[in-house]
Amino acid sequence: MKHLMRAAALALPLLTAFAFATTARPWTSAERATLSALHIGRLAAAPADPSNVVADRPEAVALGRRLFFDARLSANGRVSCASCHAPEQGFQDGRPVGEGLATGSRRTMPVPAAAHASWFFWDGRKDSLWSQALGPLEDAAEHGANRVQLVRLLAQAYRPDYEALFGPLPPLAGLPAAASPLGTAAEQAAWARLPEAQREAVDRAFANLGKAIAAYERTLTPGESRFDRYVAAVTGGRAEDEAQLSPAEVRGLRLFIGKAQCVSCHAGPLFSDQHFHNTGVPPRDPRRPDPGRAPAVARVQADPFNCLGRFSDASPEGCQELRFIADADPHMQSAFKTPGLRNVAGRAPYMHAGQFATLEQVIAHYVAAPDAALGHSELARVGHPHAERRPIALNDAEAADLAAFLRSLSGPVCERGRPC
Amino acid sequence: MRRSTFLATAAALVSTAYLTACGSPPSDLDLSLQHPSTQGQFVVTLEPPASGPVLGQIQTWRLRLSTRDGEPVSQARILFSGGMPQHGHGFPTQPRVTREVSPGVYMLEGVKFSMSGWWDMRLGLQAGDRTDTAVFNVVLDDGRLRR
Repeated sequence: MKHLMRAAALALPLLTAFAFATTARPWTSAERATLSALHIGRLAAAPADPSNVVADRPEAVALGRRLFFDARLSANGRVSCASCHAPEQGFQDGRPVGEGLATGSRRTMPVPAAAHASWFFWDGRKDSLWSQALGPLEDAAEHGANRVQLVRLLAQAYRPDYEALFGPLPPLAGLPAAASPLGTAAEQAAWARLPEAQREAVDRAFANLGKAIAAYERTLTPGESRFDRYVAAVTGGRAEDEAQLSPAEVRGLRLFIGKAQCVSCHAGPLFSDQHFHNTGVPPRDPRRPDPGRAPAVARVQADPFNCLGRFSDASPEGCQELRFIADADPHMQSAFKTPGLRNVAGRAPYMHAGQFATLEQVIAHYVAAPDAALGHSELARVGHPHAERRPIALNDAEAADLAAFLRSLSGPVCERGRPC
Repeated sequence: MRRSTFLATAAALVSTAYLTACGSPPSDLDLSLQHPSTQGQFVVTLEPPASGPVLGQIQTWRLRLSTRDGEPVSQARILFSGGMPQHGHGFPTQPRVTREVSPGVYMLEGVKFSMSGWWDMRLGLQAGDRTDTAVFNVVLDDGRLRR
């Protein structure tokens, strides 16, 4: 036994030295620049949202936080934003697709750092965080509420805080119990019977509800991960701290920024280019492949709650993304937004409809690069004659290293102004 | 006829943008931001914003259009297309020439680069009876314009 212990004690430094020798090629200056660009320190404050004047008001944050956790914002009184965007799970739900009043068709997206995006939802059918927040509230499979019901709730439970921020709520006299242009047939009929001025007043209060929720969501941001501490050690010349990542994780990182090409789209401190790509992910329902971004472009252009609409606080010059939206790009067919990768290890299952249970399956998909069920995949396949880019060729050991690296991106979720 | 030919040419620009083999950008890319148009009808200059391109931000570029003799070309119709030849996708935005601010000087608004790498910026040009195209290559290294 003693012998064994001694042998093990001797072997350990040898093994460590071996591992070091296989992974410790110094990073080049170009690689260090790439690593720095991924560091959490590069994440600036969320960009201003000119369409939401209360976006950074503390009173709006406080009101939005209460609304975010309030299950009365639903048809059955049991669904709040936090039901699917659960704080203890990184503001997502761990399910393949969302489950509210019914089963949805896409994966719940995490909220932290969402304010850094230009487009919201997997297909970008909303152009602001506040407008995004309105969608699930009236979606029959999510909260199933209607805007008149929600304005009534604001009046009943939130009037002083709401009115301090936004001015008077609309009078409730003459309003039905339920009405919405998007609801059930009865709700739509009730909405159609309302005078235009009353509809606009309800819409404005509904938009303001979204603006308060967005103000809270803007405070949520990912914190430091082991990867960030490793990058700080590498770029700061503190070799002793480079042990933050194991040799396998460092090998995975080399692949991530190298031949696995992940960083092409998973770029910047959030590991997302915030754009839309078709990577041939198999549809959840093969009979009904999801067209993704393509039809969402017209939807966001026509949305009354978009940046150019009357409930936006922005001037047209503040709506650059919407004014210059790419509305004829054939590559948007079945394209989905690049998800950020911070905390990805805690966010299985993966892709826009939870198609893959593990990170290993995700990586295997990128290596296999199957044809898209709808549109064309950007990925290249080994031996594919019309490849526009290099195939992602990884052996099993490399795929395992890459998955190990992705697990180093876990860290806390922080709320601005609170200890993290 | 001319109008439809012009539009067809501009549309074709999009499809030819994605046929190049890939890897890091070709080493012999022409990175000049001033050169004659493809058929030599015009000289085109692209001017990035003074701060340089910033990844993920929508910015305005200037476009100067002149004859080979250096005379400004006014009232041109200019269409934009482009993207990342090695990734098979276009720009995240649809940049547009929105106005002519002085003779032969046009504002190209809505330009956004979503990632580092090689982008091409393709122009369909029409002024009076003359039509042509022009192609510019832009390579961004960690968000900076390679010269």
